[in-house]
Amino acid sequence: MVIEVQGVDKSFRIPEHRIDSIKERVAHPLTSMEYREHRALRNVSFDVRRGEFFGIVGRNGSGKSSLLKILASIYRQDAGRVRVAGRVAPFIELGVGFNVELTARENGVLNGVLMGLTRREALASLDAVLEFAELEDFVDLKLKNYSSGMMVRLAFAIMVQADADIMLIDEVLAVGDAAFAQKCMDVFYEKRRIGRTIVLVTHDMATVQALCHRAMVIDEGQVQYVGRPEDAAIRYYGLNFSDVEPEHAVGAGASVDVQVRVEHARLRDETGEPVEHLTAGAQIELDVVIEAARDLEAPQFLFQVRNADGLGVFEFDRRLDERVPAGQRVRLAGRIENRLVPGRYAVDCWVRQAPDGTGEVVQGLRLFHFVVDGVAPKNGVVSIWTDVEPVVEAVRVP
Amino acid sequence: MSARAEPELRDIPGPSALGGGWRRALELLYLIAVTEFRRTYFGTVFGYLWSVARPLLLFGVLLAVFTQVFRLGSEVPQYPVLLLFNIVLISFFQEATGAAVTSLVAQEGMVRKTQFPRLVIPLSVVLTSLFNLGLNLVVVFVFVLAFGVTPVWTWLLLPLVLVALIVLTIAVSMIVSSLFPRFRDMAIIWTVASTVLFYASPVLYPIEKVPGGLRDLFLLNPIAPLLELARKWVIDPGAPGPLEVVGSAWALLLPLAIYVGICALAVWLFNREAPRIAEAL
Repeated sequence: MVIEVQGVDKSFRIPEHRIDSIKERVAHPLTSMEYREHRALRNVSFDVRRGEFFGIVGRNGSGKSSLLKILASIYRQDAGRVRVAGRVAPFIELGVGFNVELTARENGVLNGVLMGLTRREALASLDAVLEFAELEDFVDLKLKNYSSGMMVRLAFAIMVQADADIMLIDEVLAVGDAAFAQKCMDVFYEKRRIGRTIVLVTHDMATVQALCHRAMVIDEGQVQYVGRPEDAAIRYYGLNFSDVEPEHAVGAGASVDVQVRVEHARLRDETGEPVEHLTAGAQIELDVVIEAARDLEAPQFLFQVRNADGLGVFEFDRRLDERVPAGQRVRLAGRIENRLVPGRYAVDCWVRQAPDGTGEVVQGLRLFHFVVDGVAPKNGVVSIWTDVEPVVEAVRVP
Repeated sequence: MSARAEPELRDIPGPSALGGGWRRALELLYLIAVTEFRRTYFGTVFGYLWSVARPLLLFGVLLAVFTQVFRLGSEVPQYPVLLLFNIVLISFFQEATGAAVTSLVAQEGMVRKTQFPRLVIPLSVVLTSLFNLGLNLVVVFVFVLAFGVTPVWTWLLLPLVLVALIVLTIAVSMIVSSLFPRFRDMAIIWTVASTVLFYASPVLYPIEKVPGGLRDLFLLNPIAPLLELARKWVIDPGAPGPLEVVGSAWALLLPLAIYVGICALAVWLFNREAPRIAEAL
């Protein structure tokens, strides 16, 4: 066990009418300081084991970031016990402890020390940090002149190079370009391989399913589930559907129960090897096997491919006009034309059941991510074949 | 694979004023103070000269006013050197506490996203000012010698005064910095209070020139006996010490009690606020 959380409560007092100065106090002498008690975390308990990749998922405002800040010793819990083994490197709110008035070099050393390195170690790791962040040319630039993307890259690089026993990471994949997201993934795989403990807060179920050994779902400050990443993803989708799209929600009683399970989902190259990178224009070979956890009546599989901006680029629908009994597997494999521009893509699959043609959603699954290599054009989400050529035309002068 | 010793589970302390390892706290303190000191003069033409030039310029103006206009200077032995010395000492206090007020908010990024002993922030502000004080004291002693003050053994006692002044500065910095995140008036209040303290301390005048009743009031100010001691030990051995000015040892207990009270308040207040600073920002 490297993290042990027992019965943690955390409340914030949110002023209803904030009195910040004497003037306001004088102007409204009778207004008492009214606070609304916001219970961000209620009786939260869980463990993270050594070398584990642990996901925390939840909607916005579910308390997952507060929990991470308590683990990082930035907030103090009101009740409960938190125990941690080893050096912790936090990556919170898309950054580390930056002072934008200082240069990248100064911030690098300062944050290295903040993450538990000595000054000498922090200085020695600076080159590696800048190389990873690809910011060697901007080392003496003040951070206030950095773009937000550059700042995130630098922060992530510092956190990675601090090489702590435990990394606490909040939503790093939500920003940055495809290449950087891929770099983050590479780091995650590497850290996972060498047995570092990582706690990752994210909305991205594909990452959870691809990387995490276990995942926790948290909602309204309470732990809803701790266990298999696939099941956590399903519960997370369940929470989202019940809120956002009630009419498409999972049928009554079915709520977040597991209906289907992803046996495997990947892309293959021509030789049949699984791949995550494609060259632009190269055909996509899909290979997905889904297992029914309970009987499905004429299931429909709607595949959606989204780009890094979350835009649905294309979708296709396949229907199986028969009953799939529990435990049975359905294979969805075949070729897909690839007109995608270079970038990072996510593949979702919505499983629906249509006994009466209503198309009720059984379950949403984030299957996997892939990257189309190459230089993305400035505009456009697909590349379309064209036969347009410029030709100078002789104009007859009257 | 990494061959690391497996650390044991330990309760995490949560954010606090101190705690989390001395080595790291000291390294942070030094790093923040040095970067801040360098940054103040970065990009300026005269660089570190400003550190010394600022009190010297103030000194020049005040010297002109108090020797040419008010004639006070001619009645006090070694007035110019005394004035410079006092300005350098009080400037240290004013500069450090003034910067300390907003220091926790200015370092918001660090406070909100990382764990470290919160006390490091106000301490680093004092340390930055201490670098300035060090440079300025060199200039003071050049003047002291140039104006023909004879070196005496009591010069060796000066560090006592400095330590007492530094401790007071740290305590006040802790108080104002911990109050500011929740009580933003502190910045304005402290600007005014700091100016009042400047005139209510024996900087421009020696304490014995203050009329009796007012003098007792002035002596409540814990900075007053410190400046008087510095004067007696370094510049004018003939000057009355705090004891002679007050009249009795009992009366001297009062500023001492205030001094201790400020320090105790600082420790209590900062300890109370430290765990929640990240939430209040």
